Amino acid sequence: MKLITAIIRETQLDKVREALIEADIKRITVCRVSGHGQQRVEEMYRGQIIIPDLIPKIKIEIAVNESFVDITVNTILKSARTNGPEGSVGDGKIFITPLEQCIRIRTGEKGGSAI
Amino acid sequence: MQKTSLVDLAITPMKFNWKRTLITLGLFFAGTIGLFAANNTPIDSGATAWMLTSTALVLLMVPGLALFYGGLVRTKNVLGTMMHSFVAMGIISILWVTVGYSMSFGSNVLGGWFGWNPDYFLLKGIDTNIMSAGIPEYVFSMFQGKFAIITPALIAGAIAERVSFKAYFFFIAIWSILVYNPLCHWVWASDGFLFNIGAKGAIDFAGGTVVHISAGVSGLVAALFLGARRGYPYQVIRPNNMVIVMLGAGLLWVGWFGFNAGSSISSGLSTAQALVATQVAAAAGALVWIIIEWVHQGKATALGFASGILAGLVAVTPAAGVVQPYGAIILGVLASIICYMAIQLKNKLGYDDSLDAFGIHGVGGIVGALFLVFFIRPSWMQEAAIAAGGSWTVWNQLGVQAIAVGTAVVYAAFMTFIIIYLLNKVVPFKATEEEEMAGLDRSYHGERGYGMLNAN
Repeated sequence: MKLITAIIRETQLDKVREALIEADIKRITVCRVSGHGQQRVEEMYRGQIIIPDLIPKIKIEIAVNESFVDITVNTILKSARTNGPEGSVGDGKIFITPLEQCIRIRTGEKGGSAI
Repeated sequence: MQKTSLVDLAITPMKFNWKRTLITLGLFFAGTIGLFAANNTPIDSGATAWMLTSTALVLLMVPGLALFYGGLVRTKNVLGTMMHSFVAMGIISILWVTVGYSMSFGSNVLGGWFGWNPDYFLLKGIDTNIMSAGIPEYVFSMFQGKFAIITPALIAGAIAERVSFKAYFFFIAIWSILVYNPLCHWVWASDGFLFNIGAKGAIDFAGGTVVHISAGVSGLVAALFLGARRGYPYQVIRPNNMVIVMLGAGLLWVGWFGFNAGSSISSGLSTAQALVATQVAAAAGALVWIIIEWVHQGKATALGFASGILAGLVAVTPAAGVVQPYGAIILGVLASIICYMAIQLKNKLGYDDSLDAFGIHGVGGIVGALFLVFFIRPSWMQEAAIAAGGSWTVWNQLGVQAIAVGTAVVYAAFMTFIIIYLLNKVVPFKATEEEEMAGLDRSYHGERGYGMLNAN
């Protein structure tokens, strides 16, 4: 089992969700986060340009069995890119971490079938 | 609008008055400049005070609408949607004093398409005018200007979350000139053709046809032209802040007292009649809407209550001057039932009138303008019978109302389509997919509504 964590642009959330659902990956956790990578976003308040040091992003977390890792990653890669297939700075990152255990609260089921 | 001719109100025929003449002469020989005052009707300070208050109350409806619409859209569009209302306060205010007041309340030109009066250009000729109602014409022109502001702002509800800000900016300016001003002239100017149709004219006390039907129908046309928002209807599109929606609905209810009771252009009996009708119609509409929801969906929602308030207020707008409280209650009830069904139907048909500008303002306005005939107070019908030279029935008046409604629907729909079609060739009307996904706030304004949602 793996935990796939992706940091994506706020604007791409709808597209990523739609693509994941199309690939039959429907279980997902989403939260708003702030972070800093290579991207600079300029905002304007009363004519003054302000460069925030932390940029709003969306973090999505998906726990998957081994056989779903590749399709999940590929789907996110395709749908989270902006500016065509070459992408642009700020499109985000994907982290994959081993997942030790998964337990469904309702039944107490453990392991791959609980995902 | 009260059924006294507005141009008659504007021109104040000087009746020969010995006492005033003597005083004037006295002032003149005393070396004081009393001539300007003598040329005018005395100011009725009570009426003027109420009209000033009403003018402010109607303006309060625009930020009210901004809150109402702003809360209903998604987080990424809250500022862009509020700006649709706010920018109307800027654009239309300037247009109104430049050409709007003249086109609306000047004398017929171009076969009565709209009015014109060179004195009204930048209001330069009314600096010292006191209307026969006893209020400065400045007050009347500003009061009317607020109606011109809120009407295009209502349209924004139909095209929320996907209209380009630049296109909207130009659209409401052109729409105000070509749709609002002529309609306002036909219905409320003393030589407007709907003002003079039938025995006592088409009844539109405070703007059922001019404001709500025209905005609702134009919104529908614009929504159909633009197409749906990305992801509509399968994607959940939830209001970002129901608390500001309720605040906005509350401000609209309060402001509506200026809108309706102010439309008596006086401070007296007809003001009181309109005030009561407004209160009970809003209450009846709100209650019926949540009762329908209780029965139909099992829960009475806050948004349902707010929608019912609006449906009731919209329906009583054309009627406030002629119906008694029981009639206003029935209009509120009918408006909520029919608007509720219209929105259910919209969901089935699948077109994207985002915030139900047509479903509530268009449909509610038509309900009010037509059904009001069954509740007109007897004294009005007697006056109409005398004016018609014998008899005047409810059905005669229904025919007149139907002509007014039909005119507003056809004219608003046709002109809106032409304006959008041509404007779209110069300034694309719809946001690009990228702009829509990023949200209007970031794409067009470079800001975010809720900075506190993210650490930064």
